[in-house]
Amino acid sequence: MGKNLVGNYIRKLRFDHNEMTQQQLADKVGVTRQTIVALEKGNYSPSLELAFRISHAFKLPLEEVFFYGENSEER
Amino acid sequence: MTYQEKKSIVSLISSILIFAAYCLYRYPQYPEGVMDSKEIFHYWGSFVLVLTLVSIAAHIVISIIFNIFFRMTTGEKEPSFADELDKLIDLKAFRNSFFVFILGFLLAMGSLNFNQPLKVMFIILIVSGFLSDVTGSLTRLYHYKKGV
Repeated sequence: MGKNLVGNYIRKLRFDHNEMTQQQLADKVGVTRQTIVALEKGNYSPSLELAFRISHAFKLPLEEVFFYGENSEER
Repeated sequence: MTYQEKKSIVSLISSILIFAAYCLYRYPQYPEGVMDSKEIFHYWGSFVLVLTLVSIAAHIVISIIFNIFFRMTTGEKEPSFADELDKLIDLKAFRNSFFVFILGFLLAMGSLNFNQPLKVMFIILIVSGFLSDVTGSLTRLYHYKKGV
């Protein structure tokens, strides 16, 4: 696949938020658990709407959940 | 392995098995010795029609059995809706399978243009239908595994 340039801190944030499970986050933002797995693995860049829903779930601004850059896979 | 990956593998295997079993069942019934008669058209017409109906019914039954088996073995419920990732992967799978079918359709028409017997045209059409189904399942499996 093409290199995914949108990275995220979802895994870290879940654990910072009371060890929220993938399923709990998925239910909060209205996607399946498999989509959260794909996001955490860096296999999928979310739509803007989903990105906002996830950052709202963590009560954080978008840029503190997602980042954009060539080195996104190194994070 | 996620639910969708397992479902794609089951779908792929069942497509291959249904097609192979049906072809093995119908092959001996081919009316040999007659050329381009009504009997031939009747044979191919019923071949395609019955194959379509049988594979739809078999896929529904296999999908129900798979969901029951999945719930029993993992204790997890299958996703009750398709989210944006599922829809994106579905679109890619449809695009690839449609491309394969159109290619087969053009080849089938080309075979008529080059004065091949009707049998060749029908075989190409049926095989391209099968390959397009397989391509769709493989595309789903690939994208669920490797990402989009």
